[in-house]
Amino acid sequence: MRYEYYSNLALVSSVVVYALAMFAHAAEWAAARRVSVAERGEPELVNVRASERTEMRPEPVEGSERIDLRPEPGDHPDSGDSPASSPRVEQFGRMGVALTIIGFLLSIAGVLLRALAAHRAPWGNMFEFTITAMVFIVGAYLIMLWRTGIRWLGLPVTLLAAVGNGLAVTVFYVAVAPLVPALHSVWFLIHIVAAAISGAAFNVGGVMSILYLIKKRAEDRGTVQGYLERLPSPRKIDLIAYRFLAFAFPLWTFTVVAGAIWAEYAWGRYWGWDPKETWALVTWVIYAGYLHARSTAGWRGSRAAVIAIIGMASFWFNFVGINLLVSGLHSYAGI
Amino acid sequence: MRTALILLFALALAAIPGSLVPQRRISPVRVSDFINEHPTLGPVYDKIGMFSVYSSPWFSAIYLLLFVSLIGCIIPRVGVYAKALRARPPKTPRNLVRLPAYAQADISVDDHDILDRAAVALRRRHYRVDVHSDSVAAERGYLREAGNLVFHISLVFVLIGVAIGALFGFRGTSVVIAGQGFSNNLTQYDDFTAGARFNEADLAPFSVAVKDFEVRFETGPVQRGAARLFRANVEVTERPGAAPREEVLEVNKPLRIGGTTVHLIGHGYAPKVTVKDADGNVAFSGPVVMLPQDSNFTSLGAIKAPDARPERLAFEALFLPTAVLNDQGPHSIFPDALNPALFANVWYGPPKVETGKPENVYSLDTTGLMQLRQSDGQPVRIALKVGDGVNLPDGKGSIQFDGWVRWVKLQIGDTPGVPISLAALGFAVAGLCLSLFIRPRRLWIRVRDGEAGHRVLEVGGLDRADARAGLTDDVAELAAELSRRPEDVSAT
Repeated sequence: MRYEYYSNLALVSSVVVYALAMFAHAAEWAAARRVSVAERGEPELVNVRASERTEMRPEPVEGSERIDLRPEPGDHPDSGDSPASSPRVEQFGRMGVALTIIGFLLSIAGVLLRALAAHRAPWGNMFEFTITAMVFIVGAYLIMLWRTGIRWLGLPVTLLAAVGNGLAVTVFYVAVAPLVPALHSVWFLIHIVAAAISGAAFNVGGVMSILYLIKKRAEDRGTVQGYLERLPSPRKIDLIAYRFLAFAFPLWTFTVVAGAIWAEYAWGRYWGWDPKETWALVTWVIYAGYLHARSTAGWRGSRAAVIAIIGMASFWFNFVGINLLVSGLHSYAGI
Repeated sequence: MRTALILLFALALAAIPGSLVPQRRISPVRVSDFINEHPTLGPVYDKIGMFSVYSSPWFSAIYLLLFVSLIGCIIPRVGVYAKALRARPPKTPRNLVRLPAYAQADISVDDHDILDRAAVALRRRHYRVDVHSDSVAAERGYLREAGNLVFHISLVFVLIGVAIGALFGFRGTSVVIAGQGFSNNLTQYDDFTAGARFNEADLAPFSVAVKDFEVRFETGPVQRGAARLFRANVEVTERPGAAPREEVLEVNKPLRIGGTTVHLIGHGYAPKVTVKDADGNVAFSGPVVMLPQDSNFTSLGAIKAPDARPERLAFEALFLPTAVLNDQGPHSIFPDALNPALFANVWYGPPKVETGKPENVYSLDTTGLMQLRQSDGQPVRIALKVGDGVNLPDGKGSIQFDGWVRWVKLQIGDTPGVPISLAALGFAVAGLCLSLFIRPRRLWIRVRDGEAGHRVLEVGGLDRADARAGLTDDVAELAAELSRRPEDVSAT
């Protein structure tokens, strides 16, 4: 009982801390916006030239330069040692990262304490799956932040984490309970961990695809301002999104296959068109479409990004909609 | 590619209705409920195959077209790849500076074996290398396309495995009361489906005796009533005359008997009753399988005593494992048998001519029967606790509730194509990883004369796949490494 109490406490705190981190990042971008165009000397030219340089390269340009995830100096006149840099921007940014780390540690503590409280792996229902997936999402972001400095992803990731853990502790919450017999299997660990990791990667890729579309649109209209200015070029965002999705897709394939093997043990058939199975396949097919779109003329770029976002929506519908609205064999939400 | 893209989206869209509209294969009851609730929409849905989406012509058409397009795509690509496997790296372009990555370094005039060293360095990095007179051309990453092909070919094999399973496989269920057994022949199945090429003689002649069945339910405050344990202790006899062996059958732990698997997929209650007729003779005695209606195992069934004389007797019965009687009527509030009770109303009628026609054992066909009523015209309602018995009015006979046993629902089946599908899926995932993570790359190295008697080493590179990183670094590193003299390298 005590473990469960502290687990909930840690998770609720993580929601608050993630929300604060999000505000800090929002303040970072707001402060950056106030550093006006005039102070920056050579404003839009830099961007125009940067985008021209990438766009006018002959195919295949994709791997043609080192993909540095750090903001390009030209893109970010406010960061680092640029003369127009504002110490407040940097301060808010660091604050956001520090808060994200605290929230991350709290949510790890929440998951571990939940496992201790339940005496089993904490993946038995929707609540536990969500808090675990959020640990994977924020963990992936923090590793990338440390390795490649993508602080521009801080705002959407902390938003996602605050909303995810927030939904978990309010809507999805169920008290600790043992598992039903169908979940007593080694595939419980394999299938669900693979689903959580690939789900996390689909979400990060989806968020990046949204950023890609926003930035691309702003660039086409010539209204790149504020937060958007600090994003890398659309092509780079697209590449990073692709990497996440290319990582997630084989893992998702494995998740579905592992699920089929487990279904044979537990329910006596590999594939039964259970709603969850159907939507896992629909999600798989959409991401297969994404991969094909990226190598089809006329579909790369914006259209591929839209497919990636549809894929993320399908993942969420499979997770939330199917669990709560449709009855099937995967009804483990317990709500 | 565009065709594949469109068909993939068509497949995703076509799969969706099956998850939202009830499907006949999964729950026929919900389908008939749906048709009753939607008198106009129901028949339309039925006509266009909405209740069996995954075997409907339009769904089949989409995935078959997808596979036709897949095969049509694979065959030429295998040919192209077979040629590419033996192909040499493309000739060094005239102008390396124009490549996406480029680096150059000065080298000394007397460094004559630099191209050979370059070839060695590139081969060490798993490049395929051609040494020309003043340049080296190198390429790597041929496995990417191989992975791509393996993935797509594997998908075809997955479908072949599924087709074999559908043609030669079978699956059926049988309800077995604890203490009784099942032997594997068609007459013992409650339902049975088999592929077109299945042969009844293929059924392995084993038998399974269910000795007992343990169930435990959650009694704590959280998820009260949720299942916690299902375990059947069984005795398996592989073929008539063989020595029986003890096995434990659980969810997630099916029995494998030869090629056949036996799964535990359901359970319920069978109240034991004794019915005596008007003459005082036992007309029926034994357990009656009843079907659970809700998660608390409120169970419905029919107790039939066709041999009762002078009039046959039948009962529409309700078994409640934990019975509560309040203004909602009799119902069960917990799935375990904590306070079992049997409720029934009584039917009687003249003996029926034995027709041999099969009838539903779980429900009562009241044709030719009259409901037994009290003198005030109210139907007779019987409520019994374990051990209780009651005499029916008008001397029609008596019924006694002797106790209860559990039954289990076994699923017996064989899906032969599965190892093919599973192996193919393994190859598919491996191929997918190769096709997504292998980095095909071309590098060229040229030595040319620079200004004032200098010699210059040029390195140019080109990535041939999406989203690859590090080309510029690798090219610069290669230029730096090669431009150092061997002595320098060994000195460091």
